[in-house]
Amino acid sequence: MNQILRPSRGLLFEGSDWDFDTLRRIHDACEEIAVGELGLSMYPTRIEVISAEQMLDAYAANGMPVLYRHWSFGKRFARHELLYRKGMQGLAYEIVINSSPCLCYVMEENTATMQALVIAHAAFGHNHFFRNNHLFLEWTDAHGILDYLEFARSYIMRCEDKYGEAAVERVLDAAHALSQQGVFRVPRRRIPDLASEERRERERRQHEERIYDDLWRTIPGPRNAPAAKAEEARRRALLQLPQENLLYFLEKSAPKLRPWQREILRIVRHVEQYFYPQRQTKVMNEGCATWVHHRIMTRLHEQGRLTDGHYLEFLHSHTNVVFQPSFDDRRYGGINPYALGFAMMEDIARIATSPTAEDRDWFPDLAGRGDAEAALREAWANHRDDSFIAQYLSPHLMRKLRLFHLVDDEAEDELQVGAIHDERGYRRVRRALARQYDVGHLDPDIQVEDVDLMGDRRLILHHRVLDRQMLEPDEARAVLQHLADLWGYGVLLREVDAANGAVLREHHAGARPGIVD
Amino acid sequence: MQIVDRRLNPGGKSLANRQRFLRRAKDMVRDAVRNSAGERSLKDIERGGEVTIPASGVKEPHFRRAGGGFREHVLPGNKEYLEGDTIPRPPGGGGGGSEGSPDGEGEDAFRFALTQEEFLDLFLEDLELPELAKKRVVEGDASGVRRAGFATQGSPSNLALGRTMRNALSRRLALRRPKPDEVEELEEALRVAEAADPAEAELLRGRIARLKARATRIPYIDPIDVRYRQFEPAPKPIARAVMFCLMDVSGSMTEGMKDLAKRFYLLLHLFLKRRYKHVDVVFIRHTHEAKEVDEETFFRSPETGGTIVSTAFEEMLKVVEARYSPADWNIYVAQASDGDNTTADNERTAQLVMERIVPVCQYFAYLEVGREDDGGPIGFMPRETELWRTYGRLRIEEPRIAMRKVRHRKDIYPVFRDLFRKGAVEGAK
Repeated sequence: MNQILRPSRGLLFEGSDWDFDTLRRIHDACEEIAVGELGLSMYPTRIEVISAEQMLDAYAANGMPVLYRHWSFGKRFARHELLYRKGMQGLAYEIVINSSPCLCYVMEENTATMQALVIAHAAFGHNHFFRNNHLFLEWTDAHGILDYLEFARSYIMRCEDKYGEAAVERVLDAAHALSQQGVFRVPRRRIPDLASEERRERERRQHEERIYDDLWRTIPGPRNAPAAKAEEARRRALLQLPQENLLYFLEKSAPKLRPWQREILRIVRHVEQYFYPQRQTKVMNEGCATWVHHRIMTRLHEQGRLTDGHYLEFLHSHTNVVFQPSFDDRRYGGINPYALGFAMMEDIARIATSPTAEDRDWFPDLAGRGDAEAALREAWANHRDDSFIAQYLSPHLMRKLRLFHLVDDEAEDELQVGAIHDERGYRRVRRALARQYDVGHLDPDIQVEDVDLMGDRRLILHHRVLDRQMLEPDEARAVLQHLADLWGYGVLLREVDAANGAVLREHHAGARPGIVD
Repeated sequence: MQIVDRRLNPGGKSLANRQRFLRRAKDMVRDAVRNSAGERSLKDIERGGEVTIPASGVKEPHFRRAGGGFREHVLPGNKEYLEGDTIPRPPGGGGGGSEGSPDGEGEDAFRFALTQEEFLDLFLEDLELPELAKKRVVEGDASGVRRAGFATQGSPSNLALGRTMRNALSRRLALRRPKPDEVEELEEALRVAEAADPAEAELLRGRIARLKARATRIPYIDPIDVRYRQFEPAPKPIARAVMFCLMDVSGSMTEGMKDLAKRFYLLLHLFLKRRYKHVDVVFIRHTHEAKEVDEETFFRSPETGGTIVSTAFEEMLKVVEARYSPADWNIYVAQASDGDNTTADNERTAQLVMERIVPVCQYFAYLEVGREDDGGPIGFMPRETELWRTYGRLRIEEPRIAMRKVRHRKDIYPVFRDLFRKGAVEGAK
């Protein structure tokens, strides 16, 4: 790197070269604005400068600094490497990791302006979001994740030494196939302890005494039925059925797995659970970070700490990031989470400070409350994508993005426009868009329904089919095969219509030897 | 806030995963490599490159919805639609395609790049030269000794006399050890002087005594002069191979045929290079007479004349005798020809091959090249050529002879694999 000129007149840097002092100055200037003006609170930050090669490594491992070994990561690496080497895909400017300290990888190729942008974006925007959003607080352990990944890696390596790479790989393959069904979507019921159990029992008895009426005794009821029912209920309670977390179910209840195999399922499950909030907050997370970097960079420019040239360079990158092509554009590839997120944050700030009459109708609590930053911080803390959109997407923005709602029914020959950005359509468009981001709605709902422990031990799963959207049969069979291998006995997957309970299709799989013997 | 420079960390974090991936997809990658080898020009074969394998083999299945059913989409950029409008279903379905799979999967093929090392490994992996194992076992363990300069210590049998004497001489010169001649001269003078001049004699006697004393102080050979030859154990070259490329360059061989032959030679060379530390190549071309030439001449320069194959073998035997003793070299013979030979020469050729060539070589491969437009399936020729008949007869008794016919560039590789497949020798029996 060339000799870096000491910038003059309060500028953070001049030219496009940077060194570690520059990074530190940028970080401190950003922090001043982020904490002082925007009221953000972050985990401590660690900025790590990496090369393109290392960025490709990070891509392959989902951005994680350490991860256990598996061929699928090698596959991902091979794909990204080819795309990158052929110039078909640029690399991200940064990767940020939800941990404490928050790790921000910045690329060495970035110019000084880009470094400022990514520091504002990742080290403040994302970092604040990780630290404050309730999903992240509830489901991820930012302080422990790096240690846990380190543990996972060495544990799996020890297993490979002990039981052979092939054996470990088979378990991992199977666990990966089921990983999307390996997360808890709602906080689990706690196993009650003895004291609270006794208290509940006492309360129930008191309640019964209070409402006791001798007349009830005279009512005839079914005879032996309750015993069988109770037995089934007990079994279901012990197995915690129905259970949507298939990996958890297998870890706890699969009869033949060895302890190390259960531990591997647990590791895959934990890693997946760690990423689950990120899947649910793409729009918000990127919107938050984009809005924060835009504010910080603009303020830096206003303070005279960025030259006009640097600010234009920043705006160029920024507009590329938040570009949203129309649906009929060749470049269209779905709604850009950066674009939608940034637009919504801007819109919320606008409603909070200078609302129109329409905004007052739609957002009585928010409109005109003044403190835009506080309003945004609240939204960032308490929502996930679907609830955020359902709550905050304004008619103004729907008009601006010209959103419309399209209904695609396989039974019909043509698509139908369900709603557009007009008075009749606002709420429907908003509801549909929110659903589009509802992970619970997007992922197929598959649950362990029952298992015949006394008989052939066949595991029975149900897929609740919503809107006649069936599973892709070949892949479903492949996944089911993995499931059967882990379970050790046969598995049956029924696709059941959620509306009327009709069984639409069944898939079977028998266990192959290999994982369990 | 901390800043950490990670750029100097050891790279290649993904290497282990990448190897696992390759191992998993090995069969498919090998097929892909084999196919792409047919398309490449041979100069590129040592380079790595892009390969495509079927995605189904490295699929990571998940439960996902198949499409169809009832779906809703919200799209940006409405221009003309009103509520209730209908739109024809776009081909490919999906109505806007917001269901793009996250990592671009769902394609039929998975493309990625192999490094040169990986490419070649896979390319040559399932090839094994016949008799190679035997030879390698015999030679792999053989480690000899080689000269490694001189040492001041060693066993007397390794005394380096010349070097020792040289050291002694230079030391004696440097320290001015009196020479015996000098002393003798003085003694002669003394005898003369004793009679004539006692004073002079006394003087001389003193000088002689000094010289003698000096000669005893400075020994003729001192322990510091002594040098021993030093040897160190060194693995013998694991194996050395020489590859004889014999080619008919008479007028009947077209450029296309030569090109085919060239590809075969290059592949063979590539293969030998990986198997042996040291590979020599000898090019012998022949018409009605044979000559050892360099590579450029071998492939390029045109020649006219008749065809007498035995001349090439005679030339080859000459070279073997002169430079490549069969005891030290693995000898491979690859002959390419369009199959013509002067009828009268067939017997002589057969005799040479059986009695002199095959006994000294590891392998004798005969490649009969045909014109691409000759037609007919591989392995079927309307009329057997002279050479094909001749070698066909020999081959029955001698498994080390292999023969194939090739008409197109893409046939080369399978032929090559066939020739050198594991157990080809046994198969030929």
